Formats: sequence, structure tokens, C-alpha cells
Amino acid sequence: MLAFNTAITAFRRAPLLSLLSITTIAFSLFAFGLFGLVALNIKNALQRVEERVEIRVFVADGTTSERLAIASDDVAKYPEVLKVDVITQAQALERARVELGEFKDVFDSQFLPASFDIRLRPGSRDPATVRRVVDRLREFDFVDDVRFGEEWIAQLYRLRNIAGVAGAALGLAFAAVAVIIIGATIRMAVLARTKEISIMRLVGATDGFIRRPFLIEGSIKGVLGGVLALVLTYFAMRVLEQYLHFETAFFDRRLALLGILFGALMGFLGSAVSVGRHLRRV
Amino acid sequence: MIRFDKVTKIYPRAAAGVAALRDVSFRVGKGEFVFLTGPSGAGKSTILKLLYMEQRPTSGEVRISGYSSNQTRGKDVAKLRRRLGVVFQDFQLLEDRSAEANVAFALEVTGTPRSSIPGRVARALTQVGLASKSTALPRELSGGEQQRVAFARALVNDPFVLIADEPTGNLDERATRGIFQLLREINTSGTAVLMATHDLELVRSTEFRTLEMNHGEIVFDSADTPSVEVDVD
Repeated sequence: MLAFNTAITAFRRAPLLSLLSITTIAFSLFAFGLFGLVALNIKNALQRVEERVEIRVFVADGTTSERLAIASDDVAKYPEVLKVDVITQAQALERARVELGEFKDVFDSQFLPASFDIRLRPGSRDPATVRRVVDRLREFDFVDDVRFGEEWIAQLYRLRNIAGVAGAALGLAFAAVAVIIIGATIRMAVLARTKEISIMRLVGATDGFIRRPFLIEGSIKGVLGGVLALVLTYFAMRVLEQYLHFETAFFDRRLALLGILFGALMGFLGSAVSVGRHLRRV
Repeated sequence: MIRFDKVTKIYPRAAAGVAALRDVSFRVGKGEFVFLTGPSGAGKSTILKLLYMEQRPTSGEVRISGYSSNQTRGKDVAKLRRRLGVVFQDFQLLEDRSAEANVAFALEVTGTPRSSIPGRVARALTQVGLASKSTALPRELSGGEQQRVAFARALVNDPFVLIADEPTGNLDERATRGIFQLLREINTSGTAVLMATHDLELVRSTEFRTLEMNHGEIVFDSADTPSVEVDVD
């Protein structure tokens, strides 16, 4: 409690420096947050595209509907498979009429084959897994052809991998910049109290006692900086939405809380390192 | 109470072979008043730093009230310092706090119960003659008064020894006399005093023990000098 009071008193004694620390932390986390927001929206967009990955198995003429039902149940049990829709010849014709409206009069007999439309589970939509499922499906003797946009899936995954690696590298760079700036800011606050620390040691305060208020102060600054960064990111997103005319996703409650905790952690670690180094020196 | 046994101190960044202290041995008894004199760089401040364990000997041992420089670490150093009072030439006061807040600081940061702090602070300020200026900020006080606040902070924990590093170095003659009178009173009440000073006039004007240092060695200890009996016949 005493450490907490001391931390709050430190805020009151140097309000300008505290405000400067919080603002610096907020802006470095804001830059990180903006990057996070872009990464989140790219991830969502890729996920939406990925959900369209579908395997269509065309069935040879004359396959009985019982046979199709049994096979469909088997395929539905594959661990990679999310959903199997059996499309009969009549349904295929109906779908073609809807999708290709201008040719609807041409479709007057059931010349389109029946098929299975298979959707895969998230995490099983990469080219290798799709290829493995397709190979298994080809083993059914009634299968005439399997279409799954092999080229398109490969391109999508290449894009996803590039985005993933670039995102991780940029994310690390932004995080590193945030850590360095926050560390330097906290160090400034510690240096401003060099005399106080040396007097504390001289009169017999233990290192733990000296360290605690700084850790609390750093964590509070981190939390406040994190909240401010979140507010700034939200308003930046709204402004971008207005000018670019597209809807963007914002961090959900869990991610927002993680961001604030990240701020607190940065504040805590920044203080721990700065005070630790300082105590070893004085 | 204080014992230096063959203490040598070489600072890590010192020129090769230059020792701040060389094979220094002496003892200070309970309640004794000792002056440390000598030119700048003689090793006076190093002796004081070794006492409150800001520095450690390169070789030899410093013992102070049962704490050995070879064994005392971490929390025990903090415990030792709570039983010492240390005063510097530049006062080392927190400029944004009143005299009483500066004194109370020494109690707050050592976990003293809050209820007992105001009484102890008032007693310490009264002891140094500053009870009437307890709410003044350091910049509102003269140099001598600021040094008295520093003494009050050093005394508030009832130390068994007061370590003073050039406490009158920044003061005029009148303030110096006042501070020295205060040191005498502190000593009379049973606290040992170890004071480093350049002020030879002050030293000569008293009967207290003097350790004179030069080039990291004790070159004169008045305790070793037999008293001279003068035949008046």
C-alpha cells in the first residue's frame, strides 16, 4: 500500500513528466496498434477468401443416389472436412439456371452431372491438405472428375505466407521500437529521481523497497498509455473508414485487453530494467 | 565498534598501482569523536564510504558494530545504514519537500510505523534547533540551516555513529561554529562522530582525536601520541 501511495505521489510531484511518459507510451503503442489493425483486417480478408476454398467432385452418370448418400457420409467423416453437400443432377441444373440467368432457356434437360461440394475445416485449406483430400476422393470408383482451383489455392497460400512473414517482421520491429521508446521514457523518469534513490539507499531503504513504487508507477503509466493508444487507434480507424469508404474490423475485447496488458508489461519491464541498472550503478 | 584491519582500496578505474587506501588499520571506540584530516585525495571520503559500505575493500576488513565488509550483503547493508547517520558537504536534501518531509523521508522509506513519524521528526528538528522552520523548503533556508536539516535526517533513526563528510565545507565561519557545536552536543549524548574535514583550525581548536591521512595512509593518529607532562616548577 505504501509503495502504491509512493507511486501515486510521484505522479503528483512530477505531473508534466508523468504526462510526457504516458503520451510517449501511448504513441508508440498507437503505432503498434495501427499496424495490428491493418494486420487484423488483412487476416480477416484472407480468411474470407479462404472460406471459399471448395472441392467439387463430379459423379459419373448412373451412380445411384444410395451410393452417393453412403459415400457422402464417409467423406463427411474425414477429419479435414467441414461440410459435404450432395448436389443431384436436378439441383445442378437449377443452380446453373440461377447462376447463368441469360442461358436459362438453353438448359432443358439434366445434362449436368451430380456432384459433392466439399468445404474444408479452417487449418485444412492449404494446398498440401487439399491435394491429399482430393487424392482420397479420386479413389471412389464413381468419381468422374475433381475440381478445386489448384492454381488459385496455391496463389492464395503464397499471399497468406508472405503476409504472415511480413506481418511478423513488421510486428516485431514495431514492438521493438515501442519497447525501446517506453524503456527510454521510464529511464528518464528514474534519472529524474536519482537523488531521491541515492538518499533512500543512504538511509537504509532496501532495494526491493526502492524498486516497488517504480514498478507500480511504470505499470500504471503503461496501462494509461495503452488505454490512450486504444482510443487513438479507434478514432484513426473511424477517420480512415470515412475517407476510404470501407468497413474495417476493430480489436475485439480480448485483443483490446491484451493491448493494454502489453502496455502494462512494457511499463513494468521498462521500470524493472531502468531501476535495476540504476541501483547497480549508484 | 569500528575496526579497519589492513584495509587497501583500489578503485577499478584508477591508474595502475594507485591505491585510494593502503594497508590502513585503526579502531574507533563507542561514543568517540574522531576527525579525519588530510589533503584532497588523501582517502578520507573512501574511509567513510567503506563505513557505510558504499564501497568494499580490495583487501583487508572493515568491521562496524558486528557487520563485516567481507560478509555483509544486500538487506544487511540496509539494516546497517539504518543505524548510521550520514551527512555530506552538499546537504543532499530533496528540494521539493519541506524540512520535516526531508527528515520524515528517512523513516518512511525504512518502514517506520506512520503514527510514530511526526513525533520523531519534531524531536530531531528540535535537537538541531530548527523546530520553528519545519515547513520551510530547503531553498528558503540558509546553508547552515540546510545542513541542520541534513543532521536531523541523520539523527532521526538514533544512530550509534554519525559519519560527516566535510559537513562545514560549504558554510561560512559562523555557520561552521554552529554546526560544530551541534556535533559536540550529538557526541555528548553518546553518539560517536567521525568527521572528515579540511578545516585544520577547527581541528586544532579541540581536544578530539585526529587521524591525519596522506596518499591513502594514516600518517598521524593523535591517540598514539603520549601526552606531554609539563613541569611547571
